[in-house]
Amino acid sequence: MYAFAYHRPTSVRQAANLLGKLDEAKIVAGGHTLLPTMKQRLAAPANLVDLNGVNELRGIERSGRSVTIGAMTTHAEVAESADVKAAIPALAELAEMIGDPAVRHRGTIGGSVANNDPAADYPAACLALGATIVTNKRKIAADEYFKGLFETALGDGEIVTKVSFPIPQKAAYMKFRNPASRYALVGVFVAKRAAEIRVAVTGAGQNGVFRWAAAEEALKKRFAAKSLEGLAHPAEGLNGDIHADVTYRAHLIGVMARRAVAAATDRE
Amino acid sequence: MAAVSMTVNGKAVTGDIEPRTLLVQFLRENLRLTGTHVGCDTSQCGACVVHMDGRAIKACTILALQCERAQVTTIEGLANGAELHPMQAAFREHHGLQCGFCTPGMIMTAVDIVNRKGNSLDEHTIRNELEGNLCRCTGYHNIVKAIAAGAQAMGHGLVAQAAE
Ligand SMILES: Cc1cc2nc3c(=O)[nH]c(=O)nc-3n(C[C@H](O)[C@H](O)[C@H](O)COP(=O)(O)OP(=O)(O)OC[C@H]3O[C@@H](n4cnc5c(N)ncnc54)[C@H](O)[C@@H]3O)c2cc1C
Ligand code: FES
Ligand code: FES
Repeated sequence: MYAFAYHRPTSVRQAANLLGKLDEAKIVAGGHTLLPTMKQRLAAPANLVDLNGVNELRGIERSGRSVTIGAMTTHAEVAESADVKAAIPALAELAEMIGDPAVRHRGTIGGSVANNDPAADYPAACLALGATIVTNKRKIAADEYFKGLFETALGDGEIVTKVSFPIPQKAAYMKFRNPASRYALVGVFVAKRAAEIRVAVTGAGQNGVFRWAAAEEALKKRFAAKSLEGLAHPAEGLNGDIHADVTYRAHLIGVMARRAVAAATDRE
Repeated sequence: MAAVSMTVNGKAVTGDIEPRTLLVQFLRENLRLTGTHVGCDTSQCGACVVHMDGRAIKACTILALQCERAQVTTIEGLANGAELHPMQAAFREHHGLQCGFCTPGMIMTAVDIVNRKGNSLDEHTIRNELEGNLCRCTGYHNIVKAIAAGAQAMGHGLVAQAAE
């Protein structure tokens, strides 16, 4: 790891000021993507701005229609939250499937959505549930936020402060893990809301998380796993690597989508 | 250089370190607590697991400066003098180790599992919770047995618990 200067602001405003005035500054949240990358010398920020002292970025709030999660809330806190379990059990289950217990004790939702790893889990939940990503400057709809591999709508020095998830009628997430890294080889999040049904796929796309329109269309007729029978995702645009080729990933998308719908409809 | 202070195994410690110093380096190189191991540089093996404010974390994936004012417990902090912690005793009893390289991380993870999930742990739960700890020797079977037994023993309070 190359040398850097370390800063520990205690408010979002202080953090934003530091990011604005320091050269080559980077935020560190849970550090579970950034620190391994710095160890490999693939990132070498001159300044690290640690958000762990910013208490206003922690915590989970439930209102009648939505659950809002502070950016510095850890995966373990989301997985254990009684509010999340009651309002959007699929989201708590997703958090519980991230990495391993030690990763979940440090990794944060803000870091995950800011990083937008093509195999990360939260982006699928954000897209399927129609979440809003709130920053220190604005609110961004999930549809406008995820821009491609590790790319988001965030500007330089922009800080994700919270993510707000509308409460769906039914939802579930199914993940086929890469057994070594535990990231999603393919993960499918389905959500049924009053106005629409969404199917979001992570782990599989060349450009990161995406919606599977044909499946959404098929589920409109009836929200049941049967509606997806015989529906196959095309191999075009999918990612193939040593872990799984494109045809296998395409096949897994269908399987995970059917399982997710079955899990969503089975839930009491 | 930057000043850092934290509590490690119940003792207040300080250091003057480079900001890029990882917690695991601070423990091993500054404090000479070499029970915490480093087995990878990808945050995947769990040989470095310690507790920070009562939760299992990977000491290789956090800066020492991020532990300012934190309570850290390492494998050295578990035993009560010459008397092993029940989880350590269970690993010995059930042959939960061969070379021992992964063992400190396994034991710190195991104690964290008990703290979160209680004293009756089934095999499925234990294996699931061990996702982030790799062992190249044992094939895990005896580790799982040791953790189930250690969890029970911790419940019986056979041995006084180390301060966390
Ligand atoms: C062994 C291992 C297994 C893992 N398995 C999974 C898995 O199965 N599924 C999964 O989804 N993830 C997995 N992860 C990744 C983990 O979830 C990370 O915690 C997450 O991707 C990044 O969150 P972080 O808080 O650690 O962010 P950091 O590493 O601190 O930061 C990541 C990036 O986001 C930026 N950033 C952080 N917070 C903010 C913010 N509030 N506003 C703006 N920018 C910000 C940083 O500058 C940096 O560029 C795994 C990681 C490890 C080490
Ligand atoms: S050394 Fe920390 S996870 Fe391998
Ligand atoms: S006992 Fe050798 S690595 Fe686990």
